[in-house]
Amino acid sequence: MFERRRREQDLERELRSHLELEAEEQGDLYGARRALGNQARIMEDVRATWGWTGLQQLFEDLRYALRIMRGNQAFTCVALLSLSFGIGANTAIFELVNAVRLRSVPVPDPEQLVRIQIRGGNRGMGVSGDEWQLTYPLYLQVRDHQQAFSGVLAWSSGGQNFLTGEGAQAHRVPGMLVSGNFFQALRLSPAAGRLLAPEDDTPGCADAAAVLGYGFWQTELGGQGSAVGQRLTIEGHPFTIIGVAPAGFSGLEVGRNFDIALPICAHAAVLPTWASSPLRTDVYWLSVFGRLKPGWSVAQASQHLLAISPPLLDATLPVGYTAESVERYRRQSLEAVPGGKGISFLRSQYDTALWLLLGVTGLVLLIACSNLANLMLARATALEREYAVRVALGAPRLRLMRQALAESLWLAAAGCALGLAESRLLSDLVARFLSTEANPLHLDLSIDARVLWFSSAVTIAACLLFGLMPALRASRAEPMAAMKSGGRGLTADRGRFSLQRVLVVLQIAVSLILLVGALLFIRSFRNLMLLDPGFRERGILLAEFDMSHVHGGPTERKRLEREVLGEIRSLPQVEAAATTTTVLIGGGMWSLGLEAGNTGGWARFTWVSPGHFGLLETPILAGRDFTSGDTEDSPKVAIVNQTLAHQYFGNGDPIGRTFRSRPEPNYPEAQYQIVGVTRDTRYFDLRQPIDPMVYAPASQNPVAVLESQMYIRSAAAPSAAIANIRRWLAVSHPGVTAEFRVFQTQIEEGLAREHLMAALSGFFGILAGLLATIGLYGVISYIMERRRNEIGIRLALGARPSSVVGLVMREAAALLLTGLAIGAVCSLGLARASSALLFGLSPHDPLTLALASGLLTIAVAVGSYLPARRAARLDPMAALRCE
Amino acid sequence: MPNDSSDRIQLLQGTLDMLILRTLALGRAHGHQIAKHIQRTTDDLLQVEHGSLYPALHRLERKGWISARWEPAGKDLKREFKYYRLTAAGKNRLVAEESKWKQLTAAIARVMWPAKEG
Repeated sequence: MFERRRREQDLERELRSHLELEAEEQGDLYGARRALGNQARIMEDVRATWGWTGLQQLFEDLRYALRIMRGNQAFTCVALLSLSFGIGANTAIFELVNAVRLRSVPVPDPEQLVRIQIRGGNRGMGVSGDEWQLTYPLYLQVRDHQQAFSGVLAWSSGGQNFLTGEGAQAHRVPGMLVSGNFFQALRLSPAAGRLLAPEDDTPGCADAAAVLGYGFWQTELGGQGSAVGQRLTIEGHPFTIIGVAPAGFSGLEVGRNFDIALPICAHAAVLPTWASSPLRTDVYWLSVFGRLKPGWSVAQASQHLLAISPPLLDATLPVGYTAESVERYRRQSLEAVPGGKGISFLRSQYDTALWLLLGVTGLVLLIACSNLANLMLARATALEREYAVRVALGAPRLRLMRQALAESLWLAAAGCALGLAESRLLSDLVARFLSTEANPLHLDLSIDARVLWFSSAVTIAACLLFGLMPALRASRAEPMAAMKSGGRGLTADRGRFSLQRVLVVLQIAVSLILLVGALLFIRSFRNLMLLDPGFRERGILLAEFDMSHVHGGPTERKRLEREVLGEIRSLPQVEAAATTTTVLIGGGMWSLGLEAGNTGGWARFTWVSPGHFGLLETPILAGRDFTSGDTEDSPKVAIVNQTLAHQYFGNGDPIGRTFRSRPEPNYPEAQYQIVGVTRDTRYFDLRQPIDPMVYAPASQNPVAVLESQMYIRSAAAPSAAIANIRRWLAVSHPGVTAEFRVFQTQIEEGLAREHLMAALSGFFGILAGLLATIGLYGVISYIMERRRNEIGIRLALGARPSSVVGLVMREAAALLLTGLAIGAVCSLGLARASSALLFGLSPHDPLTLALASGLLTIAVAVGSYLPARRAARLDPMAALRCE
Repeated sequence: MPNDSSDRIQLLQGTLDMLILRTLALGRAHGHQIAKHIQRTTDDLLQVEHGSLYPALHRLERKGWISARWEPAGKDLKREFKYYRLTAAGKNRLVAEESKWKQLTAAIARVMWPAKEG
């Protein structure tokens, strides 16, 4: 810096002495100046020979831009706010996409991992968590008979909970059962102690070893090495902590976490409901992964699995099913699919939603950028005179352009930094939105290299979008023209504003697309919220009583369930209570095969206590409800829904008709007589069409449930009612534990995706509309400012204020209509992408389009009326005098 | 401009450096003197643009072919000028440029007036 100043002074002195000599010679200082020429230009050229001017100039440009920004704080604030928000929103959604979709699981060589599953998925065989899980016997077969993998591992996917601790301190933590080779095959090293090994997973589970998740170790055990070797009570059984999983490893299920991993052999201790079943050939509960041997591709492994499938399936035939079902089982085959990114329930549910949201935030950023471009263009026009003067003084055009870009660069860089900070808040917020009580979400939203690349790319794109046009305009400054007309603004030519007009049209079009999207999602969510599911969920509590620790077997459990139900009904403020085997909407599914006369098929089977339909306010349309007269020993009866009645009995009266259920393990074939028809209700998912349903009396359930589920209608507030029931339970049935949920909340949580889409797209839609309105307001005000003289003359010549307003409004209307037309065409094209997420309306819903256009028209009218009114109130004298 | 005339010849690209070096071969000189010297010796035929003279001087200095120092003018000790001098490297450079220039002019001459050769 110092050296540079010395050289500057030196050069100045040299040129001064040259001038003096020349002046002495000519006797004329001005002549000498003319002879020397453009001194500033010479100095600039000399500086260029010093070498480091490029960097120096860049530094100067940046400093100058900073000064301009400081001098124009309002603009800088608005620019930074809108830009950082645009970039932040994009980054936030991308962080979610990255976490759910793109990131590999944190294990060595994740690309070697594949998932082993039934080709095409399990279609309704046995009991399953999801269609890609396998049974334990099938897992063993694959593990022992394949050659493609260096290890085949399995774990209980789908979110298990283990009651951990003793007495009052006991609480449920997420856990999983894993095959003994789980950690070895993933090549993970322990953070402390050792990880499970195949020796820990032997029948009988003599060691009862447990591995802790890193987070659990840190928070519950203080991250101390002495935790290894300690005892831990899980579901009432003692386990020994043998080690801790490495930090950052939260299992292979993206979105879920585990605090405790136990060997599969511990299933009897921790999975009481399935105490007899996890080893059965029809209970699908394990996700199976393999690590490819070197040199094997996924396709080769898949071929290999196909080839070895028949003997593996023959060795694991389901028992207790019809011959037809067994044959269907044998016809299946196994396949391998890439598994390096783990598995996630979020993917099927939120994939489209996240990509759509990324598109939405991209469009919001586009609007924010075009708004900025507009503001900067307006300013560039205002600076035209300065640029013209500088061109006249010999400034290279590239330099002007670079200077104009320097400000954009600052804005973009600062916007990016702010945006990254904002993105953390926003993505956390969205993740919390998706996280429900029943399904807590654990996502690693940390900013990794991919996120940084993404936001830098977005920032650079944004910077070019809003910075390039003003820069180009600056570089095109025409000294003569600008100096002649600068500041006069009698009438500015149309061409000069055409770019701004294009930008406004673009903003209106994009806003319309976003508003249409927002309204589609909002109306779709509203449709779901207003949907009549066929029952009333308000004021109902869901209770789950765990009776697995009760001694005395099935008969005793059934007696206990009846007793608990009766006592709850008699509690104060409890209006009604009923048991069910499947809670509606989100409670699970249970289907059995069905035959009525010659027609066969399937239906959803639910065993309920008398009073179930009255409690849910689902009317029995014909026949009767179950009564206490329907006992274990009386003939089997059923109430069916309208859909089943129609499907199997057409228009005839189904009352008194019979059907048979097909056998499954524990559910022997049985004949039912229909005693009632109930109104159709939704079953598992509000969005799904109505299934054929069979209700049977709880007393005739062939299985004595281990966890009794109950609907309880109470007049008291949920928290008070829950506390009340807990108090009673602790006194009268201390061996029974209970969990409660609010029915309405559970149903609403099931709509988290629609809620998210409605909230976020609504928010972004409104934001887009606002930005577009502000943009239009700015452009119209600016154009009016430039046409002050013209309007002054018009007013002086007798134009009425209303005609001036009309002049402006016509201008705005033209922009609006063009924007709406373009936006409408685009949104009709784009709406199809959202059709999978819509409920109860078409993506081309005309009302939605009309509504969005109407909203935007109002916004535009307001945004242009204000500057128009100001123009009409112009004092003609003042306007004409000012120049 | 007073001495602006259309019969003046534009300096060929790259020759200014050589002319400056040649001028400095006669002894130290400041910018003004160099310009005047070139102009006078060519009877005003070659006009040195000041706009290119000073950038050229600074470029040559940076390359190490000339050196510069503020020195008092001979007669008037109160006035200082930035005098340029040829360095050893500059001298070599001048020789090289000169021979290159000779080759160039000879080559051009052979094309332009072939009869003279034959």
